[in-house]
Amino acid sequence: MSPAPANAFGPPKPLHAAFGWITLLFFVFTQAYAVATSPADALMGHLQKIMYVHVPSAWVEFAAFGVVLLSSLYFLWKEDERADLLAAASAEVGSVFCGLTLVQGMIWGRPTWGVWWTWDARLTSTLVLFLIFVGYLALRSFVEDPHRRGQWSAAVGIIGAINVPIVWMSVKWWRTMHQIQSNPRSLSPEYLRGLLLNLAAFTLITAWFIWRRYEAARYERAAEHVSQAAALGGYDG
Amino acid sequence: MNKKTKWGALAAVGVLVIAFGWLIYGGLDSNVVYFLTPKELAAKGEKGFDVPVRLGGQVKPGSVKWDEKALDLSFAVTDGTGEIAVHSHGAPPQMFKDGQGVVVEGRYGRDLVFQSTSLMVKHSNEYKAPAKGERPAEMYKSLMKSQGT
Repeated sequence: MSPAPANAFGPPKPLHAAFGWITLLFFVFTQAYAVATSPADALMGHLQKIMYVHVPSAWVEFAAFGVVLLSSLYFLWKEDERADLLAAASAEVGSVFCGLTLVQGMIWGRPTWGVWWTWDARLTSTLVLFLIFVGYLALRSFVEDPHRRGQWSAAVGIIGAINVPIVWMSVKWWRTMHQIQSNPRSLSPEYLRGLLLNLAAFTLITAWFIWRRYEAARYERAAEHVSQAAALGGYDG
Repeated sequence: MNKKTKWGALAAVGVLVIAFGWLIYGGLDSNVVYFLTPKELAAKGEKGFDVPVRLGGQVKPGSVKWDEKALDLSFAVTDGTGEIAVHSHGAPPQMFKDGQGVVVEGRYGRDLVFQSTSLMVKHSNEYKAPAKGERPAEMYKSLMKSQGT
């Protein structure tokens, strides 16, 4: 294993930074566009605007946990530690957006439903998903041996990701307080445009977060290898 | 890791996944019914009375009676085939109106009135701007006012 690259803790490369800035500007634009162009909803008024963060947060949370599933499977199959690090990075970002989805949903639910929280299948399964991935991140910090950490967390990551289709389908399989997914027919075009743009912006931001987190994890791992080798007295780099 | 342990690990993951899925979601279909429709609650007969339960359906148009002074609200919940009278205390959420989907928590009394302890308004997956001349906030106000005694 080679030591960490010289720029290990340096700023991102120019191209990376450009992608980050463009993504951030695009996100600011899509939020402003969505809020500015959509009229108040017939029933809930401007509360409807929460849709532009709640729905995209839920979508990127699902996508991030999907990346956890694929990279965990790849890690168990090929033993490639980069796959383990990608899974960890995605799990972290996915957990943040899962937490945001829950909080945004509660903020919407209080004035709309009349309650902050209710134990229906959608809310409960989303909370279970969140807790599993919080557990996943805790597990990673408890296990010292990187190889074992990778295997154990891959198992938890796969089990956790199985939940994603359950959360998605919960509103169709069971009677829930939460409404089923909106579609182009149930959503007026003036809301749909803003929502689609924000889905794109959130996807880019999530890709950027996972990418940066993955890079940092590579450096962390390289440092880990160095200190391990040093502890064994065998490292002469 | 050699081939044998690799398959062993995969099998262990498979067993875990199935066990986990069964534990959390097994029987959810039959046990965790979030709410009953009026027809289902009525069909329970004796077993439906005086137990904590959730009832869901639409507010029957024209059934809302609101007493502003006593903060007393009565209305009927219908699913198109059956209906159950509901009594609750306190002002309902802003989106409460005729025909709106609602879920109430409480107990169904032997006097055939559902005593609600919590009233929730269900939102559909439809989002549209109000039609010309429609003032949503005032619809709520006028509903609550016209029913006042």
